[in-house]
Amino acid sequence: MNEDECGGGNVKFHERLIEIILFLCALTAIFGLVLITYFIFREGVPIMFKYGIKKFLLGTTWAPLRYEYGIFPMIIGTILTTLGALILGVPIGVGCAVYLAEIANEKFAKIVKPAIELLAGIPSVIYGLYGLTVIVPFIKKVFNNQGFSILAGSIILAIMILPTIVNISESAIKAVPSTYKEGSLGLGSSHWQAIYRVIVPSAKSGITASVVLGMSRAIGETMAIIMVLGNTAIIPQSILSPARTLTGNIGIEMGYASAEHQKALFATGVVLFIFIMILNIIANMIYNRAGENK
Amino acid sequence: MKDDMEHKNSIASTKRAEKFAFGIIKFCGIITIIILVAIIGKILINGIPHLSWDFLTKEPENMGREGGIFSVIITTIYLTLFSIIIAGPIGVCAAIFLTEYAKEGIILKTIRFGTESLAGVPSIIFGLFGYVFFVVALNLKYSIVSGGLTLTLMIIPTIIRTSEEAIKAVPVSYREGSLALGATKWQTIYKVVIPAAMPGIMTGIILGIGRVIGETAAVIFTAGSSLGLPESIWRPGRTMAVHLYILASEGLSQGNTYATATVLIITVLIINLIANKLMKKLSKA
Amino acid sequence: MIENETKNKIEIKNLNLYYGDFHALKDININIKEKSVTALIGPSGCGKSTFLRTLNRMNDLIDSVRIEGSLKLDGIDINQYDVIDLRKKVGMVFQNPNPFPMSVYENIVYGPKIHGIKNKKKLNEIVEKSLNKAVLWDEVKDRLNKSALALSGGQQQRLCIARALAVEPDVLLMDEPTSALDPASTFKIEDLIGQLKNDYTVVIVTHNMQQAGRISDDTAFFMLGEIVEFDSTENIFFNPKDKRTEDYITGRFG
Repeated sequence: MNEDECGGGNVKFHERLIEIILFLCALTAIFGLVLITYFIFREGVPIMFKYGIKKFLLGTTWAPLRYEYGIFPMIIGTILTTLGALILGVPIGVGCAVYLAEIANEKFAKIVKPAIELLAGIPSVIYGLYGLTVIVPFIKKVFNNQGFSILAGSIILAIMILPTIVNISESAIKAVPSTYKEGSLGLGSSHWQAIYRVIVPSAKSGITASVVLGMSRAIGETMAIIMVLGNTAIIPQSILSPARTLTGNIGIEMGYASAEHQKALFATGVVLFIFIMILNIIANMIYNRAGENK
Repeated sequence: MKDDMEHKNSIASTKRAEKFAFGIIKFCGIITIIILVAIIGKILINGIPHLSWDFLTKEPENMGREGGIFSVIITTIYLTLFSIIIAGPIGVCAAIFLTEYAKEGIILKTIRFGTESLAGVPSIIFGLFGYVFFVVALNLKYSIVSGGLTLTLMIIPTIIRTSEEAIKAVPVSYREGSLALGATKWQTIYKVVIPAAMPGIMTGIILGIGRVIGETAAVIFTAGSSLGLPESIWRPGRTMAVHLYILASEGLSQGNTYATATVLIITVLIINLIANKLMKKLSKA
Repeated sequence: MIENETKNKIEIKNLNLYYGDFHALKDININIKEKSVTALIGPSGCGKSTFLRTLNRMNDLIDSVRIEGSLKLDGIDINQYDVIDLRKKVGMVFQNPNPFPMSVYENIVYGPKIHGIKNKKKLNEIVEKSLNKAVLWDEVKDRLNKSALALSGGQQQRLCIARALAVEPDVLLMDEPTSALDPASTFKIEDLIGQLKNDYTVVIVTHNMQQAGRISDDTAFFMLGEIVEFDSTENIFFNPKDKRTEDYITGRFG
């Protein structure tokens, strides 16, 4: 009896220790998030206040060598390229999701689905290279301008967010109860009518979540966008003008910025970080609410 | 009679609308394949002619205008190994905690929130963080260590997510069988559950590797961009993705640019294929 | 006494159905009379639902299905009809109520809308008429724009019936329509079916023998994919010709 107790005690301690170690591992993510938030804010927030938040966000001149840190042109650049990416990417993405979920036969689905997975795995520099060597020259030829433009950025970003939109929308569409489709067909509808009148509307939440996540990805993209956007820190006049995004601002100048200039870049990071965190939280809320309705 | 005609026309137009709509939808499906082929094709067509055994085994010369990418490849391998060796075990352990030990409550919710949020942080922010924390604050300077630790943080959410799914998929009956034989909880996990979940866990790790290899923004500000073989992990180095970026944006050598891109993309494709095969094996089991 | 000649709404001859290699329906030969209620009874899994779904070609949705034999609606082979047209004439109510996640109003007008009716006034009329026929109007007339999913199970099923009636079918197929409902709702719907047969041809699959006895004019007894016996309900229940029918009716199995 004594032996057992001793053995039991040791084992219990052993198990408890392991549980603690595992718990600490689980904390790394949140620990990392806290660290990241702290340091980015620590580096970037003071200068935002020192310079003036309004001047920082709405100032139209970005000239660090003259101590001018207005990031409004970059905010516009980010907004326009993201909007463009959504306009191009969402219809095709949702269309592809409908294709995979409702229309494709097995043979084709076997080709398209892996294609999407591969697109998701391609590194951003490769997208940037393709944009630089194909899209930019093409726009240059057709529109007779520099080629580096919001249009180029939007096209590349649209391709990059396709996998996000397709995967999540496809899941959402597949999750719609098949009884809805049966009910619709039973009333004499065509397959297409069932899709656009019942199935897709029922998958609205999931599709919206996919769009919000796509938006978040587009806003956070750096390398590919730098390579095709032209990176002029002025407010773009049209979709054919070059521009710079918040991410591009950081990516290009971080390599040679010092002291205050660097802090201003961190401040740009703060704005970016807040934007993206809000979008991610919204997407999760939509996603979870969709799950609850089932 | 008129009703009849109207009725027939209505059916005809419904069918026409369906045909048209399906045509557009099919196009959306096919265009993804076209895009994939276009991108990979362009890279391979322009890159393979410049590939050679020399390219893979010689050092870059003249800032990369000539020569090969040997040290670049080695640096990439160092960095990848470093981050995976740390992120792998931590991620799997975290996943084990979340599936086997954690109870519903505010702690669990916070951990999940943290993991999901971390997964959504863009790479440039990781780059900024890695710079100010590892390179400067911890004084690790531009180094493989700085880069590796930053990338570890970046891929941990992915590994946690896929490992969690894999562990959840292990049938309860396996656990019960082990416990009924007198094994402890940890023994059950270690000897039965994890081995059973291995394919899924490996898939997550391989996907993590793929991500690390393609990463640029987070690496350039932490591991630096100096050419040459790093003498130790405390020295900076340039990875394939960073090298490609520099070559492309500074227009240093078209041939080498495409060749580097080819090596990068072939590596990533192979990794993704292996991950896919593993996932298929997993769903069959 | 002059007897009205009852027409056959649906004529089935030598119907055989295969799921791949499995012979699910064997040599079905019956006629469904118009404006009557025909019940399909029999033990689980013996082809009743499969047979029902053949009548509106819902089996077309399954790849491995192969059908032989002749099925005629109003004297015309059902494969000659455009399937959309067929399903307009032959409506279906499913076992588990499946209202769309839309308002009550939207559910009812769904059918008419896809068949081309746009006039708001006409649609409103259809909504009121159909809900009245389904004995649901009084319960929902003040909440037409509220979600259909908020209705009780029995109400949802009556909504589905109203929805099916809104496209003005000739035939109404019902696949165990009350098996998921409580007794009170069940009785309400049985009453409803009794009224419907004045205007529609109803074919109903049911597990509940008493229900079949209560509401149907004719009954077909299915076993292992065949129709063992088909006769007026009175005869099936009180004067069965086949011993298997008798055994089932008296509860010796199934």
